[in-house]
Amino acid sequence: MTGPVIQALLSHWRRHWLQLATLLIGIALATGLWSAVQAINAEARASYQRANDQLALGLFDELRDPTGPIPIERYVALRRAGWQVAAVLEGPLRISGRTVQVMGVDMVAYPALPAVTQIEQSETPPDPADMLTAPGRLLAAPDLAQVLRGQSGLPPILTSTAVPPDLILTDIGVAETLLDSPGQISRLMVLPDQPLGVPPLSKIAPELERISASAQLDAASLTDSFHLNLTAFGLLSFAVGLFIVHGTVGLAFAQRKAMIRTLRALGVSMRRLIWVIMAELTALALIGGTLGLILGFLLAGALLPDVAATLRGLYGAPVDGQMSLQPQWALAGLAMALAGTLLASGHALYRLARMPLLAGAGVQAWRGAATGQRNTGLIGLILIAGGFAIGFTVDGLVAGFVMVGGILTGAALTLPYLLSLALSAFQRRARGPVAQWIWADMQAQLPGLSLALMALLLALAANIGVGTMVSSFRLTFVGWLDQRLTSEVYVTATDNQQGQQIAQWLEPQVDAVLPIRSIELSHETGPLFLYGIVDHQTYRDHWPLIASSDDVWDRVLMGEAVLINEQLARRVGLWPGDTLTLNAGHALTVAGVYSDYGNPTGQAIVSMPQLDQIAPGADTRRFGIRLAPERATEITQALRDQFDLPRRAVVQQAAMKAQSLAIFDKTFVVTSALNVLTLGVAGFAILTSLLTLWTQRLPQVAPVWALGLTRAQLAQLEVLRSVLLAALTAVLALPLGLVLAWALLAVINVQAFGWRLPMFLFPADWVYLFVLTLLAAFAAAALPALRLMRLPPADLLKVFANER
Amino acid sequence: MLLNIDKVQKSYPGGRPVLRDVSLTLDQGQTLALTGESGSGKSTLLNLAAALDSFDGGEITLDGTALSSLDDGGRAALRRQSVSLVFQQFNLIPSLTVAQNLSFHARLANREDTNWTAQLAERLGLSDLLTRYPENLSGGQQQRVAIGRAMAPRPKLLLADEPTGNLDETASATVLDLMLSLVVETGAALLLVTHSPDIAARLDRRAHLTGGHIA
Amino acid sequence: MNVKAWLFILILLLPSALQAQGYAGLGGSADGFDIPKPGYQFEFPRDHGPHPSFRIEWWYLTANLTGEDGRDYGIQWTLFRSALKPTEAEGWQSPQLWLGHAAVTTEETHYFAERLSRGGIGQAGVAAEPFEAWIDEWHMRGPNPSALSLSASGDEFSYDLSLTAQGPLVFHGEDGYSIKSTDGQASYYYSQPFYDVEGVLRLPDGDVAVTGKGWLDREWSSQPLAEDQGGWDWFSLSFDDGNKLMAFRLRGGRGDFTAATWITPDGTATPLPDGSVSFAPLDTARVAGRDVPVQWRVTLPDRDLEVDVSAITPDAWMATRFEYWEGPVTVSGSHSGRGYLEMTGY
Repeated sequence: MTGPVIQALLSHWRRHWLQLATLLIGIALATGLWSAVQAINAEARASYQRANDQLALGLFDELRDPTGPIPIERYVALRRAGWQVAAVLEGPLRISGRTVQVMGVDMVAYPALPAVTQIEQSETPPDPADMLTAPGRLLAAPDLAQVLRGQSGLPPILTSTAVPPDLILTDIGVAETLLDSPGQISRLMVLPDQPLGVPPLSKIAPELERISASAQLDAASLTDSFHLNLTAFGLLSFAVGLFIVHGTVGLAFAQRKAMIRTLRALGVSMRRLIWVIMAELTALALIGGTLGLILGFLLAGALLPDVAATLRGLYGAPVDGQMSLQPQWALAGLAMALAGTLLASGHALYRLARMPLLAGAGVQAWRGAATGQRNTGLIGLILIAGGFAIGFTVDGLVAGFVMVGGILTGAALTLPYLLSLALSAFQRRARGPVAQWIWADMQAQLPGLSLALMALLLALAANIGVGTMVSSFRLTFVGWLDQRLTSEVYVTATDNQQGQQIAQWLEPQVDAVLPIRSIELSHETGPLFLYGIVDHQTYRDHWPLIASSDDVWDRVLMGEAVLINEQLARRVGLWPGDTLTLNAGHALTVAGVYSDYGNPTGQAIVSMPQLDQIAPGADTRRFGIRLAPERATEITQALRDQFDLPRRAVVQQAAMKAQSLAIFDKTFVVTSALNVLTLGVAGFAILTSLLTLWTQRLPQVAPVWALGLTRAQLAQLEVLRSVLLAALTAVLALPLGLVLAWALLAVINVQAFGWRLPMFLFPADWVYLFVLTLLAAFAAAALPALRLMRLPPADLLKVFANER
Repeated sequence: MLLNIDKVQKSYPGGRPVLRDVSLTLDQGQTLALTGESGSGKSTLLNLAAALDSFDGGEITLDGTALSSLDDGGRAALRRQSVSLVFQQFNLIPSLTVAQNLSFHARLANREDTNWTAQLAERLGLSDLLTRYPENLSGGQQQRVAIGRAMAPRPKLLLADEPTGNLDETASATVLDLMLSLVVETGAALLLVTHSPDIAARLDRRAHLTGGHIA
Repeated sequence: MNVKAWLFILILLLPSALQAQGYAGLGGSADGFDIPKPGYQFEFPRDHGPHPSFRIEWWYLTANLTGEDGRDYGIQWTLFRSALKPTEAEGWQSPQLWLGHAAVTTEETHYFAERLSRGGIGQAGVAAEPFEAWIDEWHMRGPNPSALSLSASGDEFSYDLSLTAQGPLVFHGEDGYSIKSTDGQASYYYSQPFYDVEGVLRLPDGDVAVTGKGWLDREWSSQPLAEDQGGWDWFSLSFDDGNKLMAFRLRGGRGDFTAATWITPDGTATPLPDGSVSFAPLDTARVAGRDVPVQWRVTLPDRDLEVDVSAITPDAWMATRFEYWEGPVTVSGSHSGRGYLEMTGY
């Protein structure tokens, strides 16, 4: 008995293959975008984990000196007191224009590293003595190894796939030379087995801090917010895709009502019908889901290199640009497809289950939708209010996203009501019969199109919101770069001694030589970089302060106060007048807060003497040079020649800005790609809605045709209708997008990155987006309109055909 | 002569002929009942006369215009200006109110006469229903709106396809009476397709279509 | 295999398979390193210190102890030096690597610990005067090797002992030139077998005050084993009559090579040539997945000596980067006494 039922139900798809395709594409798009984001997140997280495993990070407690590097004597003292610790020296190294991390470990004491095991088990294991004695060996992943081999003056390179990207792993003795930090240790790893009777740390090395493995700031926690951002985007895309599924399934059910009634009349139970339909939906979900997985995998593969670049650029987090297929990812994607399809079909199934056996086929009582629209709109308003309430009362990134989610969903729900209000207003003002009819007809079409229009609203709002955020950020960032990079030339000496020589040599030739000195402290809030400055008008004139107290510079330079960056200020809630404790015995009043973008860590600025007092040992290798801009090139060349400095050691302001902006732009490539995709999906949703409404359109247009309008005129009106609805939606999307932008800039950014950005408006972008929307609506309506234009009159006449 | 159907031929898309050399004439102010079996081509002939569909051979002349010479736009203009239609299924525009439906055709034809429309509404008993939508009307009420819509532009020719086919007896009688009296009053010609001999008997002339010919 | 296992191979320069090339890589070539020669004039305190131009060297102390509870204990304290290159350098790039082994053997249990470091930074090393050998917090120090304080600790044990030499240094082989194979591989080898020991062992069950006798071996070379030699059995026995015997057997594919030194109570040493002493395993125990002979018959016909040597604890396995058996033994038969047994290559 089930066989014929299935056959009857499936025959529908044979006649409506376009509908079937739409449904599958809807599921595939939803699953694909979501899975792509998941794959990117999973891949990035796997990269962090791999890097941790490859470097044995996060497994053991660590000892650090909050004021700077640990001298080797301290290590020996700890060892001779029985402490089983392993030394690590790490730091950045610039090689042919890219910064790589050098991690030098004491290969003798450090726990087993996969990379070392890998090379020792290779076909041609290196002579171990070569690893430990000069010149040593560098281990790097294949692509970095290739770059390194092209460099002169480096030790021989060994290739290992078990080294994280952009990292050189080597013995600490080799790293000392490479990083020019003889006798220095960045941190000590506390090994698991400690002997009996070890004296407490406070007795041997009181200046060292023990940081437990769980408290260590790793890539995964630094990048959490970035991934949450991506996930939110993925969910938005998924939701937009589900609109398509919902619309298509609803239509297919409506069209099969007659068939289902017949089947029931023939004795098929509703229970059996529901089961068969559920099975049908499951099969469709799995097929669409599989297509989506393929799409998602390709998409993730295309986006991952940019994501990897972002994560490395923004957080220094190690991420490969390579995708690998994980079975659990595929399963999760299919589960999402299935859950999404059933969710989107739930309403239709429910209505089907409650359909009385003898329900009339008659015209849909669409006018009853008006109350429905009002009620839905009311729910929407409640959601919006709830979103704001949560956003303003609860802290945290998740609350921020809940707020944005509430506003977006709420706005989408109020859309049909607002559109219907607008259409009524237009209808009242319309003069001609055709115009009157168009407004009235759009009103009538609204319930069928509203889901697609909601999808469009969300996509447009997201576009405006995210676009405004990115552009505001960029504008702020550019302005900030201008303030922050005021010196015409920046130079980095190879060591402190050369630094001194350079400063002396420059002094008589230029307006000012501003030393850039900093040291990393382990603050209770995480790593904190402490900078020292000398008194110069440059800072007073340009430094980007966003909050300050009286005589801010005088007080800082007198050693009475400290400037902190916005991230630190917001994280700890310190503002001018509060006190910042840097380390034991050093607490200073906060005199001002400055913006500091593209940097996840806290930063503070004190006077130069203060820096040496609080944390002695900062390098004096970097300088900003003030001089007449036209002399920049000349001085740059002279510096390189005089001190035999590599190109990268002397950089002009313009080049530095260009580089910073390039990194910035890369950061948002993924965001904009997802943005465009979401808009594309929304456009597709409109197309599918129009196509599914097609069969209901004929009884509406046939009488008008009979009364004397040509098919071409009607087709034009169809297009006009779609464009008008899209335009109205776009107009409503603008304020929503701006609210979203505000939420992103003032709430999400603060929680995710620690900075609040001023909002700028970009009307030109809106016009562009508006035109794009109209084009999308035009394109979506073009196909049904074309069909109408070419429709044989006989098909229209069928509407009038008498039922006898 | 208002309508001259001369040896018109029409086949279904499959090639099966429906009308073979049908000829018929209708003068200004005349009423004609077109009867015939189910599937005899009555409605097809009516659609051809209304310039809703094209024919394969012969000629139809409406108010001096040869229909075969018209393109899509010309036929639409003819429908707008010269004929009015009443269908069995009423075919009101569901998104417009009764008032809007009533005046719709006249406004399309640019011949709106608000007094006349108001008078029609009054005569057809629709005055209290003007702000309603078609879905809230009974079949008889809907058909009265359709007749009003058709008469509002004061057409020269009214084409009606089983106008009472979907109505019960009482409603049927009312609708027919109203329609006929309005036709007489405005001096319009009427071509009415029906299978009912009683209705046919109330018109001036009667033509019977069988086997694709007028008997 | 982890990096440190690999490093230890590095330490002892094992180029390939253990079995074919001798235990722990001691059968490699000596490129660039000095080689022991007969007729070497020892000079002290200099020779108590390290000899970086030789590949390997050790300061090897064992002691048979009796606790206040009357039970037998043994301790081991060893510092190995292994050179990647025959030079010394300051800092991390020093090619000298140091390996410490310490153990306490009770009648039931064997505790051990291991330390690894490189030279050049001060984490491990040996100074001749005042004498100190150390790695991490482990140390063996004193004004000179006649009076030492000794300490080591692991995660379950530690000890602090003081040692006082009651006799002179003893030189093995030809005045300290100890031949290890018929091919002529040799090492420099001297001992201080006359320590009185006292101190405290800290064990999981509590502290134990101990007294007893200790024996320090000093040996350095660059290639002490022949290529076919796969391991050795080494005995240091102190008899109740005051005489002592150091005897070892190097097991080789071409036959065993034995050597021994008979030490009288006044410290007079008589080298005994290859074949003088015979060793016969009497019983084996299953230790760490291997069959290890823990009871031996040692015969020295020249001195009318025929004794059974039995491990106090069969389970004295050093599961360190290179594994071996090292533990206290009791001696019975024609002579009675106590001593230490080391067995490698099983």
